[in-house]
Amino acid sequence: MTDPLPVLELDGITKRFGALTANDDVSLSLQKGEVLALLGENGAGKTTLMNILFGHYAADAGEVRVAGKPLPAGTPRAAIAAGVGMVHQHFTLAGNLTVLENIVIGAQPLWSTSLNRDAAAARIRDLSATFGLPVDPDARVGDLSVGERQRVEILKALYRDARILILDEPTAVLARPEAEQLFRILRGMAQGGLSIIFISHKLHEVMGASDRVVVLRGGKVVAERRTAETNPAELAELMVGRAVARPKRQAHEAGPPVVVARGLSVSHGGGMALDHVDFDVREGEILGIVGVSGNGQAMLGRVLSGLARPVGGTITFQGRDIGRLTPRQAVRMGIGRIPEDRHAEGVVGDLAVWENAVLERLDEVSRWGFVRRAAAKERAAALIRRFDIRGAGPETRTRLLSGGNMQKLILGRNLAAGPRFLLANQPTRGLDEGAIAAVHSELLQARAEGAAILLISEDLDEAVGLSDRLQAIVKGRLSEPIPAEEADARKLGLMMAGVWAAPQGVSHAV
Amino acid sequence: MMEALEILTNASLWAAVLRIATPLIFGVLGALVCERAGVLNLGIEGIMTLGAMVGWLTVYWGADLWTGLAVAVLAGMMMGWLHAMLTVPLGLSQHVSGLGITLFASALAYYLYRLWVQVGDLPPTIEPFQPWAVPGLSAIPFLGEAVFTQMPPTYLAMLLVVLLAWALNHTPVGLALRMTGENPHAVEAQGLNPNRIRIWAVMAGSGLMALGGAFLTTGAFNSFFPTMVQGRGWICIALVVFASWRPGKALLGAILFALFDAFQLRLQTVVEGVPYQLFLMAPYLLSILALILVARRARVPEALMQPYRRGER
Repeated sequence: MTDPLPVLELDGITKRFGALTANDDVSLSLQKGEVLALLGENGAGKTTLMNILFGHYAADAGEVRVAGKPLPAGTPRAAIAAGVGMVHQHFTLAGNLTVLENIVIGAQPLWSTSLNRDAAAARIRDLSATFGLPVDPDARVGDLSVGERQRVEILKALYRDARILILDEPTAVLARPEAEQLFRILRGMAQGGLSIIFISHKLHEVMGASDRVVVLRGGKVVAERRTAETNPAELAELMVGRAVARPKRQAHEAGPPVVVARGLSVSHGGGMALDHVDFDVREGEILGIVGVSGNGQAMLGRVLSGLARPVGGTITFQGRDIGRLTPRQAVRMGIGRIPEDRHAEGVVGDLAVWENAVLERLDEVSRWGFVRRAAAKERAAALIRRFDIRGAGPETRTRLLSGGNMQKLILGRNLAAGPRFLLANQPTRGLDEGAIAAVHSELLQARAEGAAILLISEDLDEAVGLSDRLQAIVKGRLSEPIPAEEADARKLGLMMAGVWAAPQGVSHAV
Repeated sequence: MMEALEILTNASLWAAVLRIATPLIFGVLGALVCERAGVLNLGIEGIMTLGAMVGWLTVYWGADLWTGLAVAVLAGMMMGWLHAMLTVPLGLSQHVSGLGITLFASALAYYLYRLWVQVGDLPPTIEPFQPWAVPGLSAIPFLGEAVFTQMPPTYLAMLLVVLLAWALNHTPVGLALRMTGENPHAVEAQGLNPNRIRIWAVMAGSGLMALGGAFLTTGAFNSFFPTMVQGRGWICIALVVFASWRPGKALLGAILFALFDAFQLRLQTVVEGVPYQLFLMAPYLLSILALILVARRARVPEALMQPYRRGER
């Protein structure tokens, strides 16, 4: 049997933004009932390609064909009419409107005299039941969880009779169980005859959920594989263009404690965000804090950055109390900080790279209250060279950097000062494999130079790979530390579930 | 105290309230349509002034009153088109553009008035709308005089409140309008053009604003003078917030303000020894107070004042 006519073909798609060629002669096809993964690093052109397919952009060259018929360029309306539905990474929903309203808009002629709410609600319930996407049509979208909102996005496409579903990084906002459930649903849809493209840079997802993989790098298709005939290592190499391996931690002796917390407590919103936690971070050591997000990690980061005040216990840095520290004092004392949300707290997107590079140490590049621009830019240029920040000069607007390069800038401006203590809060969240490896090797380098590092991470592979010792955070409480060598999946799982040896004296009480 | 009660229970007060509220109702509905689509239209004060002039002039030149209103609406839509062009495809600051439109439209109104009308000692006048008693209903005691003996545009204003409230909640075009003010990206992703919706919304809203202005010269009064809008446009902008962007509450707000206004006018005549300026101030003070009490819970359209450019996030 030969392949039937593909439901979708992209033929020679090229798209340029100024000097940047986002897509360079990209061709791919999709069969009915197939799940295709579009794999690539951040900035490889995946989203641009899908935006062309859905009509958000018009391609400079090339053609999109649905079931053999060319699709007019640059109109989402035509794409929807041809049966293409898109689930955007940043959901396109109106929080103040109901689920039903978000779904039916655009589905009927604009000048109809009625929304036919009852019929629409019945149809939504029907689709929900068929595809396993439970959601209340009358709920306000702003009240829904992220997972539920994604269901609404999918239902929007199904409501318009989509036969081809595009999902842009669908798991970026989901927790692991939700993501697994999503892929089960997508598999069911494919069996029901829908064709699916999902964008991802996560190898395990691609391996687990797709039939076929197209790898995009630098805007070009570099490879296409049947999922069954490839493996994660090959895909990683294809995606990055070279063999990537995360660096390994070398054993070495840790020095005396640098940061010591005893009975540290922080209240938040009436409860305790941190509840009598104890930890030591020693010179030349990485202490990993693992746990499911929302268990107090954010508050731990805030206390150590000087953004929150403890209500009890002590926290010291080289013997000095740092409980009432301001962020400025923290910087001056040699405490480096990599914030959890680099866009919100790490950089000012609209300022130039050089401004972000010196912002927390302005006095070092100022004289008489004036910033010496030449010196500041030279400092930024040095960071760019030393930390391999790509796609940027000192004058580049920071917003334009990719996530990985932005993170290297933040890391670089902290490490260049030779910090005695570094707080690394989710340092590789949202980064691709190449950037993760770069961040890891910088952290290990700082450790080798004697920095004490507190690593907060939800990524267990990362935490175990980098840390010398690990503690789990559960509901604001910290477990006893265990050496990384003793950490296995079962033990960590128990720790993160809050099961750890009870404090002495209480143990074995019946 | 007794006097105040006497004024409040007099049907003629309530008839005056609806008359005073009429231009506010048109204006607040106009502002509401613009803002529900995500565009703040501070051109309202000038658009009302221009509407007042154009409506009056059309009638002065011999057209009938309804034609005057229609031409005023067209003039308002033209100003709305200008504001929409500057703020929607070009994405300029809605505040700056709106204030510019107000200055421009007010000046244009006065300029054209002086250019085309010979003004003697007294401004020329037209024959304005007369109250029209609704057959049957106007015979109801109290209500008949208070509500059902009004000028026709007042009935039109009431009707528009109902129509707009229904259209916003129960028609696809109303949903598209609301969605555009909440998240234009969502509108685009569903195959509609949010900027086209915004342009039409601003034009329609500006037409309503001009209608409110035209009522001042063809109903409430019978001649035009340049300062006659007297901040009613700004009151409408505040009333939209007071109303949480809902037509029904907008009607309530307009009536409340008109009540303060009509009440203080009558109070001026019975209370002695208090400077009348204090009474003039009262409706505005009370409006600010009402706004403080109500507006904190208001649910603002999320994309209000955010320009939408395709392909940007």
